Amino acid sequence: MSTQFSAGAPPADQLNARYPDMKGRYGRFGGRYVPETLVPALDRLQAGVSRHLPSADFQAEFAHELKTWVGRPTALTHAAALSRRWGAEVWLKREDLAHTGAHKINNAVGQTLLARRLGARRIIAETGAGQHGVASAAAAARLGLPCVVYMGAVDVERQAPNVGRMQLMGATVVPVTGGDKTLRAAIDEALRDWVSDPDGTYYSLGSAVGPHPYPYLVRELQAVIGREARAQMLEQAGALPDVAIACVGGGSNAIGLFHPFLGDTVQLLGVEAGGRGVGLGDNAASLTFGTPGVLQGSYSLLLQDADGQIQETHSVSAGLDYPGVGPEHAFLKQTGRVAYESATDEETLDALSECARAEGILPAIETAHAFAGARRYAARHPGARILIGCSGRGDKDMPILQRTVLKDYR
Amino acid sequence: MAPRDSISAAIRAAVAAGRPALVGFMTAGFPTRARFKEDLAAVADVCDVVEIGVPFTDPMADGATVQRASFVALAGGVTLGWIIEELESAPRPAAPVLLMSYLNPLLAYGLERLPKDAAAAGVAGFIVPDLPREESADLAAALDDAGLALVQMVTPVTPAERLSTLCAAAQGFVYAVTMTGTTGKSVAVPDDVLDYMDRVRRVSPVPVCAGFGIRSRDQVRRLAAHVDGVVVGSALVEVLERGEDVRAFLQTLR
Repeated sequence: MSTQFSAGAPPADQLNARYPDMKGRYGRFGGRYVPETLVPALDRLQAGVSRHLPSADFQAEFAHELKTWVGRPTALTHAAALSRRWGAEVWLKREDLAHTGAHKINNAVGQTLLARRLGARRIIAETGAGQHGVASAAAAARLGLPCVVYMGAVDVERQAPNVGRMQLMGATVVPVTGGDKTLRAAIDEALRDWVSDPDGTYYSLGSAVGPHPYPYLVRELQAVIGREARAQMLEQAGALPDVAIACVGGGSNAIGLFHPFLGDTVQLLGVEAGGRGVGLGDNAASLTFGTPGVLQGSYSLLLQDADGQIQETHSVSAGLDYPGVGPEHAFLKQTGRVAYESATDEETLDALSECARAEGILPAIETAHAFAGARRYAARHPGARILIGCSGRGDKDMPILQRTVLKDYR
Repeated sequence: MAPRDSISAAIRAAVAAGRPALVGFMTAGFPTRARFKEDLAAVADVCDVVEIGVPFTDPMADGATVQRASFVALAGGVTLGWIIEELESAPRPAAPVLLMSYLNPLLAYGLERLPKDAAAAGVAGFIVPDLPREESADLAAALDDAGLALVQMVTPVTPAERLSTLCAAAQGFVYAVTMTGTTGKSVAVPDDVLDYMDRVRRVSPVPVCAGFGIRSRDQVRRLAAHVDGVVVGSALVEVLERGEDVRAFLQTLR
């Protein structure tokens, strides 16, 4: 009987086809599960994406902002010390060097430019670690639009430096005290705001999650990471990597890095937040431990109980602390094209320290999950050429690092 | 009569009696699980149709009251399975009962067994606030087999062409959301809302009920000539929460 939620065509055939399809489906995942009030707004967004995203005019404006304001292309760095330590050839795609300190700015600039073309009067955004909030605040300030950022009360506390940065750039930060008080609750609250003013408000969603066309739009705006990295690998390393590795929460930096490599024979590895263990509620690894369901607009893999109630998650990193994942990742997992594993809080903080000491680069805690996964990969594949998506810098994490890695430091 | 037809019949009976039908919403197991059957009986005594909210962790279309009720109910252990069992073992209310649920708890229950179990418990239909028509084929087909309605929502920002399409396929009644926003915020009823209700009614083959933000007799009176029924949700949930006289409150809206 059921077709919408069952497996459908063989994954390999689907991967060869263009996706998402017209309904925003990646295989069985994706779609558009929203209140009726948002349907016309999403129709307008979809029409706007179709019209503006491919246009030379929009692409020129986007490229100009990325070059002259964001500071792209970001560097590709050969990590000589990590290469020696791990017995591998390690390269870092340095999104931590982008303006505001993470890959989030690529998407925020693109969506804010789109919002202006669509005649939006204000920008709203959600944020977990605060990086998409800061990026949205910066892009909105640059383009002269007011900006409201919803942020879980727990994250407001644990990512305090980013709250001040948003406020300095003129954004209003609204702490969300309902639900789990983290990223999921912030998205729920942003959706409630948007439902209240679907005509004048543009919702700048920060990850490759949510209803169609967001997962597609965010992927297209973040794919600059993988396109640059691919060309830089050929130029600087003389070859494509054996594997590209990125951390996955909602999955925007990972899809941005992976997508331009999908047609190559490059292995792709996503690393989720393994938290403190494998039990429900102890991690945020939706691809590793999740089951199919609908949350916040799309059908994907979720951390939920047998009654379909979404579970609270645990991760040391606010940016990965989310019980769902972008539908394209669920699809790429199902097809087998991308492998996913998880790294625990402890492994991650250890990898963060190692990278900081060895390379003089302090990655964000989110990003450090990719380093933990890369170190394990190198142990399994001696001599491998490894590309790591260094998605953001760790300055924002100092309050957590003071309490953890630095607590015994004299 | 299929269960779904009992919904429009109940609403039309109220209209025939010269008043808009009253649809009452309550979150199952709020404020307590122990009071559920008693509260349901009280609500069903006065209302023409009862909507029972299935709690969900992420009620994105709901305002503060229904969010609070959902979280309390979940903490108290309310599940869709429990709700169906309670309805099965309760005296069957005269008023048709609808379940209002976000999609995920329904998927978790299983679309294969949900319609049959719900019908056996006396449920006449479902309202699913995060399921637009484009995504509803599987659930609609499953419910249809059991004679259950999938009630469609429309809003003030629904374009005319879409409004006609949605209404043409509507079952039970059309749930006309009074405003853009979440549930529970009291709204004035300006002339443009009345015009919008008239537009919905012109294209709908089934009764039209206005919902979101309806709390007072004045609002109901103003809407009366333009709708077939009104949905009272957050205001009723608050009365239940405060332990006040449910029947007396609902009577003021009739």
